[in-house]
Amino acid sequence: MSVLIGSLLFWALATVACWQIAARCAQARWAKMLVPALFGATLLFLWEGIVRGLNVSPVILPAPSQIAARFVDSTDVLWMDFAQTILKGALSGYLIGCTAAVLVAVLIDRSPFLQRGLLPVGNFVAALPIVGIAPILVMWFGFDWHSKAAVVVVMVFFPVLVNMVAGLKETDPLQRDLMATYSASYGQALTKLRLPAAMPFLFNGLKIATTLALIGAIVAEFFGSPTRGMGFRISTAVGQLDMPLVWSEITVAALAGTGFYGLVAAMEKAVTFWHPSQRSDR
Amino acid sequence: MRQVVLPVLTVLAAIVVIWYCAAVALNAKWVRDQAARADEQVSFSQLVAATMVQERPVMPAPHQVAQGLWKGLAGQKVTSKRSLVRHGWITFSATMLGFVIGTAAGIALAVGIVHLRSMDMSVMPWAIASQTVPILAIAPMVIVVLASLGIKGLLPKALIAAWLCFFPILVGMVKGLRAPDRMQLDQLRTWNASGGDTFWKLRLPSSMPYFFASLKVGIAAALVGTIVAELPAGATAGLGARLLQGSYYGQTIQIWAALFTAAALAGMLVVAVGVIERVVLKRMGMAQ
Repeated sequence: MSVLIGSLLFWALATVACWQIAARCAQARWAKMLVPALFGATLLFLWEGIVRGLNVSPVILPAPSQIAARFVDSTDVLWMDFAQTILKGALSGYLIGCTAAVLVAVLIDRSPFLQRGLLPVGNFVAALPIVGIAPILVMWFGFDWHSKAAVVVVMVFFPVLVNMVAGLKETDPLQRDLMATYSASYGQALTKLRLPAAMPFLFNGLKIATTLALIGAIVAEFFGSPTRGMGFRISTAVGQLDMPLVWSEITVAALAGTGFYGLVAAMEKAVTFWHPSQRSDR
Repeated sequence: MRQVVLPVLTVLAAIVVIWYCAAVALNAKWVRDQAARADEQVSFSQLVAATMVQERPVMPAPHQVAQGLWKGLAGQKVTSKRSLVRHGWITFSATMLGFVIGTAAGIALAVGIVHLRSMDMSVMPWAIASQTVPILAIAPMVIVVLASLGIKGLLPKALIAAWLCFFPILVGMVKGLRAPDRMQLDQLRTWNASGGDTFWKLRLPSSMPYFFASLKVGIAAALVGTIVAELPAGATAGLGARLLQGSYYGQTIQIWAALFTAAALAGMLVVAVGVIERVVLKRMGMAQ
């Protein structure tokens, strides 16, 4: 019981602290890091306190400390699953799908007819529950990571395509006229003006696609997989009621997802440093 | 209008043609194997004909899917376990429940974030981080755990759907509630408006276009969440369960039919939100 009260007390104190920091020095750089960190820590403490204080069965919800212990114990299994699902399945599919989408976008950009036809269809498909195609692709490409990569390709293709097509339209007539007065060829205008101008849109699509890629790769494993992989491990560990292992996998997925997103965001910052949304520090 | 219809139809026609070619290419192997086993020669026209009528094709031809769809939608009693209307309805009701929960949570959090600086600083980074977690991937696990707690039926699925759709709505609403510029806020201050007045008369109305844009994203996300939540073995009802059963028993036509029902459902939901948007914005005098 004292654990529960302690964690509740910590929660209350931290909330007051957050409040005070936010009210007094919201502009400081350290405050922008500290407040979210403190909030995250309170959530973990509260979780630990509730699980221990109320004696919640680990079958339902393990405490963070149990998960951490299991995580350290089974790093080799977790790494194997990570390599299978994220590195082989999600990453290769992501690269293929995004490259294909960018190439198709550049190709259909030359034909307004194709654009008018493909964009509504693409927008529609982007809103569809594409994960549903996973069982079909698993049937075609077998149980190994190829089928997972195929699911990821289909899932990331349309969001990236739609964004890239919108991005290629982003230049205004004045800029294109300038290119024409320089007597730039189509290729020169594309590489020097229109591709750079499309980058903010492209990265918007790429960022959406990171989460989709992880989801696609993991969900596809529910329809059949070799005896490794994160989706496989989650479904079998649930069957064995090994919840700490399940949560360790979830932690890996969360870390991989955040890291992947952070990587793309960092690339965006490097590539589109000129865009107003990146010139923050105002 | 005509400028759009013709290109879209062309693209759709191209998709159907590619689909037929793919069906022939992918199903041909089975036909050839059968013929080799029976020591027969198949001509090309026989081959094409045979690829169109298989019971469990690798890739069903469009007309087979259409038949399966028709059989599932209209050829059964609505109460039958094979009726896609019944499964679609189950998925739809869970989606709507989740959509309502997620929308309410998203709006509540957005209001808090806009009004409380400490909440803005502490919650927003975690809300973004929560979306990089492939939550969909652990949806089946959440269902199993909730079922072991005795929570069954619509609610667990709806919770997954709510989790997926709250974020777009949160982001859209935060943006929308902050849409009024300094001039407008100053104007209300000169009128000595209270915080409540500012909220109801300025912030909320000006957030409506953002709200509806994010509702469209949110409802599509809620449907995806429900379908994945229906995947875990043991679920017997809903479009997701149809997909899983189809994949277990190799019933490809059933998978495709369920997939198209889901697509149609997604389309209808998004269109419905669009219609409501147009009506509401028109009544509010904000339609473009």
